[in-house]
Amino acid sequence: MSVDATTVRRIAHLARIAVSEDEVAPLQGELNAILAFVEQLGTVDVTGVEPMTSVTPMAMKKREDVVTDGAKADAIVANAPETEDHYFLVPKVVE
Amino acid sequence: MTSLNELTLAEARDGLKAKDFSATDLTRAHLDAMEKARGLNAYLVETPDRALAMAQAADGRIASGQARPLEGIPLGIKDLFCTEGVATTAGSKILEGFMPAYESAVTANLWRDGAVMLGKLNLDEFAMGSSNETSAYGDVVSPWRRAGSDAKLVPGGSSGGSAAAVAAHLCLGATATDTGGSIRQPAAFTGTVGIKPTYGRCSRWGTVAYASSLDQAGPIARTVRDCAILLGSMAGQDARDTTCADLPVPDFEAAVARGVKGLTIGIPKEYRVEGMSAEIQALWDRGAAMLRDAGATVREISLPHTPYALPAYYIVAPAEASSNLARYDGVRYGLRVPGKDIAGLYENTRAAGFGREVKRRIMIGTYVLSAGYYDAYYVRAQRIRTLIKRDFEQAYASGIDAILTPATPSAAFGIGEKGSGDPVEMYLQDVFTITVNMAGLPGISVPAGLDAQGLPLGLQLIGRPFDEETLFAAAQVIEDAAGRTRLPAAWWA
Repeated sequence: MSVDATTVRRIAHLARIAVSEDEVAPLQGELNAILAFVEQLGTVDVTGVEPMTSVTPMAMKKREDVVTDGAKADAIVANAPETEDHYFLVPKVVE
Repeated sequence: MTSLNELTLAEARDGLKAKDFSATDLTRAHLDAMEKARGLNAYLVETPDRALAMAQAADGRIASGQARPLEGIPLGIKDLFCTEGVATTAGSKILEGFMPAYESAVTANLWRDGAVMLGKLNLDEFAMGSSNETSAYGDVVSPWRRAGSDAKLVPGGSSGGSAAAVAAHLCLGATATDTGGSIRQPAAFTGTVGIKPTYGRCSRWGTVAYASSLDQAGPIARTVRDCAILLGSMAGQDARDTTCADLPVPDFEAAVARGVKGLTIGIPKEYRVEGMSAEIQALWDRGAAMLRDAGATVREISLPHTPYALPAYYIVAPAEASSNLARYDGVRYGLRVPGKDIAGLYENTRAAGFGREVKRRIMIGTYVLSAGYYDAYYVRAQRIRTLIKRDFEQAYASGIDAILTPATPSAAFGIGEKGSGDPVEMYLQDVFTITVNMAGLPGISVPAGLDAQGLPLGLQLIGRPFDEETLFAAAQVIEDAAGRTRLPAAWWA
């Protein structure tokens, strides 16, 4: 499978990465080189093989459903580019 | 007399214990060497004040007989580990100025054991790369040069800063991470030792995520013993990482002296790839002979799905990366570039903040996870991953204790030499290391000789799950037989 310019623009939008017109062609070439490389996986017989879900055979750890952390609003917003009263500021989303 | 920064970690530990020098002297020797080596661009941030304060505290503990396992040992930290109050960038513009409010589990373990932080080490952006050329903060220059040449070489990647700093004596050891070869390949390129432990041996908590089912932290150091000492402190249980194993940490350092008598070492025939250089083949044969001479049985094995590991990785890792890196949105931390609406803010921030290789991998990941392609790509790759792991399980079930392979297809290459047109050219660097991540196994890279141009070459040993001890034992045999690699004289100082 390979991608065309329209698909490159669609993927970029899905990935929320702005792509300028002159970036589309090089990206298309690079993505197609990777897709051509992974094409060989189609030749492997995977009939009856379970997809891997955990690389080490271990059960998911569980813990008590209790609060173990919190009350650190200052630390949480400390790295944010724009904040107000412990809120992250974003452009207007709902009109 | 040897400068203090040229000691091995074990020698420095013993010297501190015997009060031959102070932790402050040891730290100062490193800070001086770092200042002279800035041209290598190994450190992104130097933390001399913190280092000297930690060294002073260590001297106090040593004086009062309360020394901990790594008391006063100066280390470099790959800039993928969050360090409280010290900028952490993951080598990306998108995290420029990010100041973690917490300490990663691995680094916290090191400070608990008394280690001293010298600074944060350069890396490929978000650990995506094999040459340290994707860092947003410039290439790392390897301390190694080809005989008779002053061409700048790559230190490998993604832990390029870690490997270069260890090889250039700018720290006694360094933390690193490995998703497809990022500890073992740079270690091989720089004549250092690096181990990627079993998936789950070290907590991933507080380490910037690339591909969560493959990422593992491990050390790079100048000797096998030094790596064993460091891993003993880095590893351990952590309730905050649900994939971190609830297993006790063995005495890795004790395993170093075990030898390989009675062990069976497998040589996988599928690793004899087309176009393998005679030099790499000869190195591999020499490695097998060293283990045989030390009492191991060496026999050929088959790992038939090996050729599919690299392409399957380039589906699984980008898929996980596209999900993990969705968090960089210009809202909660890092770079923010305004847009006409919230989607515009996301798109502009990510366009400006991510480098070319990172964008490429996010986009491939987005594509293979998108509607209509998920089964054909992602699920198929995960089925193939099951087959790759099964190959190893069958080899171990047939009595193999560890597997010997080359670490890399070649010695270090020049800066700007590879991957500019076709990204796959660079990906092929990881052909021998990537299977290990796909199967969650431990793998160690140990120097085994020099190529015709005087550059180091490494061998890799792959072990059973949670059996790093056998790897330390076998790697020590190779280190003893091959002789420790003589690191280059400080042409950069």
